[in-house]
Amino acid sequence: MVSRVTDDYRDMAAAGCVAICEPAFWAGFDRSSAQGFHDYFRQISEYEPRRAAKFGLAHFCWLCINPKESENVKLAEEVLAIIPQFVDRPTVLGLGEIGLNKNSRNELKVLEMHIDLAAKHDLLILAHTPHLEDKRKGTQLTISALQNNRRIRPERVIIDHVEEHTIEMVLNAGFWAGMTLYPGTKCTSSRAVDMIETYGAGRLWMNSACDWGDSVPLAIPYAALEMRKRGHSAEQIDGLIYHNPKNFLSQCPKFKLPQS
Amino acid sequence: MTKQEILDLSFLDARHKLIEIAAFLDRVGRAEGGADFRLKAFRAALGELTGTETGLAKKVLLVFSDPTSEPIPAATTKTACGAWPGEKQSSL
Repeated sequence: MVSRVTDDYRDMAAAGCVAICEPAFWAGFDRSSAQGFHDYFRQISEYEPRRAAKFGLAHFCWLCINPKESENVKLAEEVLAIIPQFVDRPTVLGLGEIGLNKNSRNELKVLEMHIDLAAKHDLLILAHTPHLEDKRKGTQLTISALQNNRRIRPERVIIDHVEEHTIEMVLNAGFWAGMTLYPGTKCTSSRAVDMIETYGAGRLWMNSACDWGDSVPLAIPYAALEMRKRGHSAEQIDGLIYHNPKNFLSQCPKFKLPQS
Repeated sequence: MTKQEILDLSFLDARHKLIEIAAFLDRVGRAEGGADFRLKAFRAALGELTGTETGLAKKVLLVFSDPTSEPIPAATTKTACGAWPGEKQSSL
C-alpha cells in the first residue's frame, strides 16, 4: 500500500496473507493533471510490488480515476487515455475502484467511460459503492450502468463495500459482492459473517480497507477468527478468505500466487 | 448457532453498544442549541429496532439512505455525512 513504512506488509505476511490488491485511490486531494496519475500508476504497478515481495506478498493493482475525482470529466478523459499504457503490466488486474461518490451526472458519465474501457480491453472490474447515505442509490445506478453495457459479463465484476441494504441487489444481478471491513463507516466482521450466513459464500468475499482514518489491515484474519468462534469449519473459512478471491481474480491470467 | 450460543457470544458486546447509544443521546440532550436532520434520522432508525422481525440492520441502513433514484446535477462535496439531508439540501 502507499505508505512510507512496511509495518502493514510485515504484519499481513505474518498473519498468513499471501496477496494484496491495491485499487487506484484518491490521494486526499484532487490530482492536478493526468501526469500525476501516470506517476501514481507507476507507483502501484512498479514500486509497491517490489516492496511487498520483500515480505513474500504478491501485490496487484487496479487502475482508474477515483470516483471522488470524477466530477472533472475532462481530466477523467485524459486519465482514461493513459490507462491503456499500463493494462498489460504484469501486476495490473483491471479497472478499479471505479464507481460513484455523490451520485452526480458527471460521476456517472466517467463510470460509463471506465466500463466501456474495461469492455474494450476485456478487463476485470472492481466497483466502489458510495459511502453512508449515498450507498443504496449509488449501488443501483452502478448496477444499471454495468448492465447497460452488454459486453460486460457480471461474473467478471465485483461490486465492493456492500452492506445489508445493497448485498441482495448485487448478488441478484449476478455480480460478485465485496464486504469491506473498516471501522465506523463500512462493515464489521460480525456483520460480514451475518451476511455470509444469510446469503451463502457463493459470490462473496471480504476485504479490508486501509483508508485515511483508523484502519485494520488485519481485518480479514480477524474475521476468520469470528467465523471460527461461530463454528464455521476451517474449510468454509478457507473457501471464503482464500479460494473465493482467488477464483475471481484468477479470471485475469496475470493473477499468480507465490508457490509457497 | 442457537440463540443461546449467540447470546453467550455477543450479548455483552451488544449491551455495551446499546449503552453507548443511550449515552450519546443523553449527551445530545444535555447540550444547548438545536439539532439537525441527523438526530431525526437517528431516532427514526432506533424506531426500527422495536420489532422482533429480521432484516433490522437493512431497515436501519435504509432509514439513513437517500431514497431517490436520479443522479444529482453536480457533486458539491466529496464526503457523506451518514444521513440523507433531504431533496433541497442534497441538490445545492
